[in-house]
Order: sequence, then structure tokens, then C-alpha cells
Amino acid sequence: MEAREELLSGWGNYPVERCYTVRPATLAALHAIVTRGTQPNYIARGLGRAYGDAALNRQHGIIVQTRLDRFLSFDECSGILECEAGVSFATIIQYLLPRGWFLPTTPGTKHVTVGGAIAADVHGKNHHLTGSLGNFLLDFTLLTASGALLTCSPQENVDVFAATLGGMGLTGIIISARLQLVRVESAYVQVVYRKTKNLDETLASFATDHEYRYSVAWVDCLTSASSLGRGVVMLGNEARVQDLPEPLARHPLALPTKRELSMPFRLPGIVLNPWSAKAFNALYYSCHRQGLAIVDYETFFYPLDHVLHWNRIYGWRGFVQYQAFFPPETAHSGLIAVLEKVSHEQQASFLAVLKRSGPASQGLLSFLSPGYTLALDFPYTGPDLQRLLGELDAVLLKHGGRLYLAKDATTTAEAFAAMYPRLPEFLAIKTRLDPSNRFVSSQARRLDIVEAL
Amino acid sequence: MSKNIVVVGATSGIARALCHELGQDGNRLLLAGRTREELDKCAADLQVRYHADVWVELFEALDFATHAAFFERCLARFDGELDGFVLCHGYMTNQETTEQDWDEAQRTIDVNFTSTVSLLMLAANYFELRKKGYIVALSSVAGDRGRMSNYTYGAAKAGLSAYLQGLRNRLHRAGVQVLTVKPGLVDTPMTAGLLDPQSPLVATPEKIARDINQAIHKRKDTLYSPWFWRFIMGLIRVLPERVSKRLKL
Repeated sequence: MEAREELLSGWGNYPVERCYTVRPATLAALHAIVTRGTQPNYIARGLGRAYGDAALNRQHGIIVQTRLDRFLSFDECSGILECEAGVSFATIIQYLLPRGWFLPTTPGTKHVTVGGAIAADVHGKNHHLTGSLGNFLLDFTLLTASGALLTCSPQENVDVFAATLGGMGLTGIIISARLQLVRVESAYVQVVYRKTKNLDETLASFATDHEYRYSVAWVDCLTSASSLGRGVVMLGNEARVQDLPEPLARHPLALPTKRELSMPFRLPGIVLNPWSAKAFNALYYSCHRQGLAIVDYETFFYPLDHVLHWNRIYGWRGFVQYQAFFPPETAHSGLIAVLEKVSHEQQASFLAVLKRSGPASQGLLSFLSPGYTLALDFPYTGPDLQRLLGELDAVLLKHGGRLYLAKDATTTAEAFAAMYPRLPEFLAIKTRLDPSNRFVSSQARRLDIVEAL
Repeated sequence: MSKNIVVVGATSGIARALCHELGQDGNRLLLAGRTREELDKCAADLQVRYHADVWVELFEALDFATHAAFFERCLARFDGELDGFVLCHGYMTNQETTEQDWDEAQRTIDVNFTSTVSLLMLAANYFELRKKGYIVALSSVAGDRGRMSNYTYGAAKAGLSAYLQGLRNRLHRAGVQVLTVKPGLVDTPMTAGLLDPQSPLVATPEKIARDINQAIHKRKDTLYSPWFWRFIMGLIRVLPERVSKRLKL
């Protein structure tokens, strides 16, 4: 199969790199590429929702998995779904939510593939209770550099399972997986909205979140002093049929039909500046309601999916998303330090999302364990931003925190190694499975997971 | 009304998308192709998504001697009640290869033309007797005029288009629909590396599949998909030879 030369980027549109893509449609074709393909190395890519360079491979090969997108089996009684790695969460919802089954956890976009979700060990608004996707993964099949197919699960090939879950695609190509879906009565969520005045109040709101399956807070990161960390906390539970008002209760599992908006072009950089971001944040805060509401799953889980190509609001320079984790002991001071720095620098962040995290998964490079996580995004401004993010990394390190590889585009190898103490275990497994580094990404090169090839 | 439909070349790009259309409409499908494992995955996908009744059957286009037995197995699977016969198998390599390598040239002609004629002989006789049903075959805009860039494949498809035209005339009397599909540039595994999928001229297999499904329902004779290829090919067809031989079309 011939490769296509393409300029590619992650969802943040930074960095942009020249890569050689192939899109196999069969396992045989994929196998041939991995074992005999013309590129020295490859990385798997799904729908390109990783923000930075995790699914880029500068000047080398990329295996796009979106043609391997078939359901293989679904047990309507147990909710166990087996599918190829290129199936998207959107497809799973489209076909299985109307039958009363939902994803056990989901990131803020449904346009991710199962393979990508495993490689990033994605988490969602229920992490505080249930942890990340890895906890719902029964097993997966991995195609390794030697061409072998390994079934990996918490019981079988346990070390490869742990290295691949959250391993950013560096152990091999995930071919298919079996996931445990969860039963739902409706496609709606009953949400309590609480406005808070500062970070203390925001964190206090999470104290009761064990009563809610889903919890998340949007925070205004451009205020200062007393109102630093003010925001809107959203606590939700899956709506039962009896919770729904009459017209909705008649078809509780019907998917909402919404017209999708699209950002037709990239905004000029000037539109997004500290003042406009501040105005947006203030407006969002003051317009938000308090109290109880029933909202459909799209609005609750995927508010931004509604606007196609929303990443274009950041213009041609793109943006970097920075998601930080702090353990409970240091979370308060760590979050204050990050928010103060961001607020002080007046770096525009349209979106700041705070949430409490829960049980860790088995992934050696998995992101979350009990504590708090804050996601921020910054328009890419070159050296200025690099410096700020370097300072944020230092704050993280000082507080025993770490950042999320699925969003990272800028961190250094040293910072990464310090944040992920199980890296040596990961490297040992990677080296055993893939001694000649057949699987490499730009991120892996930047983080010295593989020597610069 | 659910129908019994055989799709040959069912794991190809357009066929996979078309099977989704047909499966969604509640039809019973028999997927035929060369690789059992791939057929099984496609069948499982349709079963999970649409609760469709799907069977698979191995089929080798170049083993002409097996075609009659294959067709019998298709009929047997549906208890002799077949409503639609859809041919999606095809083969394309680059033109230069077919100018140097006879095996490749012959393969191009035999997969795209000879094997189709062999199958359609069986299907046509069946449907003619039954006085209903439809035949769909994927030809190509490449068959509308021989061009230096793709004339071996184009010639095979041209032969197929002419064959289908004649067959349509014959089966019209029996009330049987014969649909010739002429896709333009489509982003499928067959064209991987040859086309730029981002080009506005390149369509998705899903788009072609929707068009085919509609054309079946409207009992159309010939479908250009996307529609603008009818005009593009109209222009290319009327180019005088003395002009076209100077162009690098």
C-alpha cells in the first residue's frame, strides 16, 4: 500500500508536521505495513483528537485506523462490546445508546476511536468514582513489531496490557478490543449546577460528588485574588425515565437530533486575546444558571462537538492544551499556584476545566490517580508560551503532579521522566516488544522515550 | 419489504458502505469475497449495527469454473428466492504495470470484465425466468473513453458497460432492472496512494453507496456518482480524437 505525504497536526493545530500516512482496511494489509512497510517507523492514529504530537511522526509513517471500524460482536444482555480499534465512540453511541447501553466513560469529545482511547487511557466526568477507560477494558489484541498478535488483559500478558493502556501507541497497534458498556435508562442526564465564588468553594462542591456519577467544574482562570478559581460546578446523574418530563419520557433513549454548527474558517489571531478571553469567561460565569436541569447526553458530555472544527477559533497558530494533575495533599496549593500564574500572565484560556479524579488504572503511563485535574488551553504564541508552560511544569513537579500525554505538545524529557516514575518499567517492556523501535511518534522522540531517530 | 441480496466483492470499499445501506433497510445479505476472516468481520458489523441477517460465502473471481457452483450456493442460501445481485469486485493497478506485465493486464481484464460476464450469465438467466429482481454492477467512468492514463482498466470497464447495456435491453422485457454504476474518483483501498482524498473531486464510498441505493429504488439504468461526472465524462467523450491524443488525459 502506498503512503501519502501529508501535513498533519493534532487537534490543537500545533505542531504541524510532514508525515506519510497509510490507511489499511484489513488486518492483512495492516500486518503487511507493520512487518514490511516502507517507512522505518510508524505510529497509529485514529481521529486525530490528541491535541499535540502524540499521533504525529515527523517525516515518517502513520497508520490511520479509521477504516478498521467494524463491530465484531455485542452481547445485548451483558453489554460486552467487541470491536475493531477504529470504531469511534460516536458510532458506539449511535448504535448502542438507543438500545440502552452507554460508554462506561468518555472524554469531552465522542470523535475518538477505541484504539486511541485505550492508548491514552481516557477518562471522563465519572473518574472520581470509576476511574479511567482501562477499568472497563476486558481485553484487547495488539499487533506487535514482530507481527505477532497478543491478547492482553488484566489476566493475560499483564505487563503488555499495563504498558499499552495509556502507552500512547508505542507498544504496537491495537487491533480490536472488548469493552464493558453500562446500562442506561435514558439518553439524558439530571444535572445540578452550582456557581462558586472562589477555588475553595469550587473544591468544596466536589466534597459531595460521590453522590453523583458525573462531576466537573468550569473555572474562570482569568480572575484574581479573592475570586480566583470561581466557576460553575456541574454534578450529574443519569436520568431515569421517571425523572423525565412527559414528551421526553415517551422516547427516553432517542438520540437528540441537533443541527451541527461549523466553524467555517480559522479566526485571525487578533480576535483571541486576553481581553476577549476575559470577557468570554466573565460572560459565561454571569450567564450561567444555578439549580437543577435535565439535559441530553450530547449537551452534557460533548458541549463542543456541537461546533465542528471549534479548534479553528485559535487561528493558524493553533493552541496547546495543558492538563495538570495534583494528588490530594498538594492539590489546593498546586491549583492556586497554576491559576495565579495563568491569571497573572493574562494568557487567554477559553476553557478551564477542573475535576476530581479517583482510582488509578493499571497503565504504567496512565494519567490519573486520586486527586484533582485542571485542563487549560492556550493559543500558541511561541517562546512566550513555551516559557509559561515550562514554569507550569515546574509547579507540577514541585507538587508531585503530572500532565496528560494525550494533550501535551511541549514538555521536556526531563520533566516527563520526573512526572512518570514508572517510565523505566514501561521502557523495559517497550524494548522487549519493539527492539528496533518500529513504533515511534514525534512525542516519543521529544520525550526521549525513543532516542531521536 | 426486505429482500434477499447477494453482494460480490463485499469487503471492497464501496461494497462495505453499500452493505450498510442495504443492511439498514432490513435486507437479508449474502456477502461474497475471497477472505473468510474479512467477510466474517463485515457480517458481524452488520449484525451488530442493524440486526441484519447476513451470511458469507467464499468467491474467487478468477476461478471461472467455480462460478456456477457459487451461484447455486447463493440461491440455496436464500431457498431459491434471490431479489438482488450486486457485483462490486474489481481490480486496479497503475497503467504502466499493465503495459509491461501481461499477468497484470490479464488480471485487470479478467477480474473487471470476464469474471463479471461469467457471473452475470448465471444471474441474468435466473432473473429472466423469475421475471423480477435487479442486477447492479460497478463499472467506472474510466470506461467512457480510453485515456492514456488508465486505458487497460478503462477498456475492461468499457466492455462491462457495453455488456450491461445489452443485458439491460434483454432483461427489460422480463421486468428486471440492470443498473450500471459509474463512480468517479472514490477514496477506497483500491485507490489508496493514487488519489488525494481531500480533493473536491474525490467522493467517499458512503456517498456512492447512498446514490446506488437510491438508484436501485428509482429503478435507474445508469448512475454516475457523484452526479457531476456525467457532465465531465460527457465533455471528455466528445473531445475529437485529434485533440485527445495530444492531451495527457
